[in-house]
Amino acid sequence: MRDERAPGMWRTALAVLRKDLLLELRGLETVPAMILFALVTFVIFHFGLGRDTIDGQLAAGVLTATLLFAAMLGINRLFVAEREQGGFDAFLLAPVDRTALLVAKALALLVFLAVLELIAVPAFGLLLLGPPLGSRLPGLVAVLALGDVALAVIGTLVSAIAVHTRARDLIGPIVGLPLLLPALIAVARGAGPVLAVHGSGAPPGRWVAILALYDVVFALLSYAVFDFLLED
Amino acid sequence: MTTYGRGLRGLAIATVVTITVALALVFFYAPLDADQGFVQKIFYLHVPLAITALCGFVFGGALGAMYLRTGEARWDIRSYVAIHLALIFGVGVLLTGAIWAKASWGHWWIWSDPTLTSFLIVMLLFATYQPLRFSIEDRDRQSRYASVFAVVAGAFVPLNFIAVRAAQAYVHPRVLTLAGGNLPGSMRLVFVVSLLGIALLYVTLWKYEMAAKNTRMQVRALRRALLGDDAVSSLKRSAAPS
Repeated sequence: MRDERAPGMWRTALAVLRKDLLLELRGLETVPAMILFALVTFVIFHFGLGRDTIDGQLAAGVLTATLLFAAMLGINRLFVAEREQGGFDAFLLAPVDRTALLVAKALALLVFLAVLELIAVPAFGLLLLGPPLGSRLPGLVAVLALGDVALAVIGTLVSAIAVHTRARDLIGPIVGLPLLLPALIAVARGAGPVLAVHGSGAPPGRWVAILALYDVVFALLSYAVFDFLLED
Repeated sequence: MTTYGRGLRGLAIATVVTITVALALVFFYAPLDADQGFVQKIFYLHVPLAITALCGFVFGGALGAMYLRTGEARWDIRSYVAIHLALIFGVGVLLTGAIWAKASWGHWWIWSDPTLTSFLIVMLLFATYQPLRFSIEDRDRQSRYASVFAVVAGAFVPLNFIAVRAAQAYVHPRVLTLAGGNLPGSMRLVFVVSLLGIALLYVTLWKYEMAAKNTRMQVRALRRALLGDDAVSSLKRSAAPS
């Protein structure tokens, strides 16, 4: 029973996305924390590994783990404002497609991750990475972009599940990490040859294909089940 | 109302007979492996357990999808029992796998073996099913969220195997390929009987637990009808639907 004048899915999603980005821009709550967290993690890795520069698979692993944990901060906070300030109820009352919330939140998370990487990846190149970043950037960006889609989609799904549980700070990471593992394996293994000293700078096609497959499957799956997480 | 107890006795007898026959075949009929000797016989327990557990996870996901489609509580209970039994079988897989790895490769855990590693990741994911259920108080919401989890995690099982397999060299003995594998005839017969035995065990336990849960629910409903709502103590919060 949809009203003809009700806004379409994309218009709703873009409106919610705009709200989230404005909120972040004015409050500066999540993204600065994610960036600081990533920088501190680089310092920890420097001392933990006892090395000034790293390259190849080790560098890819350090970068993947750092970005994952920084992303977890964003994932945990994604729906907190909706829950605490009645955003969920307002959204359910509006005559709009519910999946728009999934799309909007996933896009918001994607923007957060892009901003995080805009600062964290150059910082990684400066602080830890042995070989120069310049020529390796296109390959790295391709792998990270595909990885970000997986993080955004699965992160939004898990965050929507976790926000209604009692121990939401625990449920989010423990459900999210295993679900993200195959994508993280693909990011780390795909970025490894890119960051190698004598690498060609191109990520291996196999990993790019697996990441893309993972993104598509989970995007469709989240789209299919998201409605049930909002029903009330 | 469905009666899960029907046929349970026959099924239980069939399970006991099949598993006894399978064990007898494993110890007295199956040839000793030329490389690994006696230790290889754990294969007849490890692999059927793994196949049954993985099928159980996917089965739980399918039942969860049925709950989301129909909204009837019984589908959620079925999904819960399927996943919870598959988890128990899965612990058996990891234990037998570690024992086998120790005996044949000399280490309790081998990272270069994609099948064992994928299985560990699947177990790590499904191990969060019960904590997730436990931390949602509202019954309907618990069922709905658990079903969403079951569907997503069920689809995750095959994808995860693709990703991890691509990451590692083939170390795991790949005796079961789509092309028919390289298992000698006598070993294949024993393996098929073992697989049948373990699968029957899973189905029997599933039906048994469903019958028990169903009976308990009926008893509660009857007590409530006879004694009134206040006389029956309300259920404690739990991960299990009831």
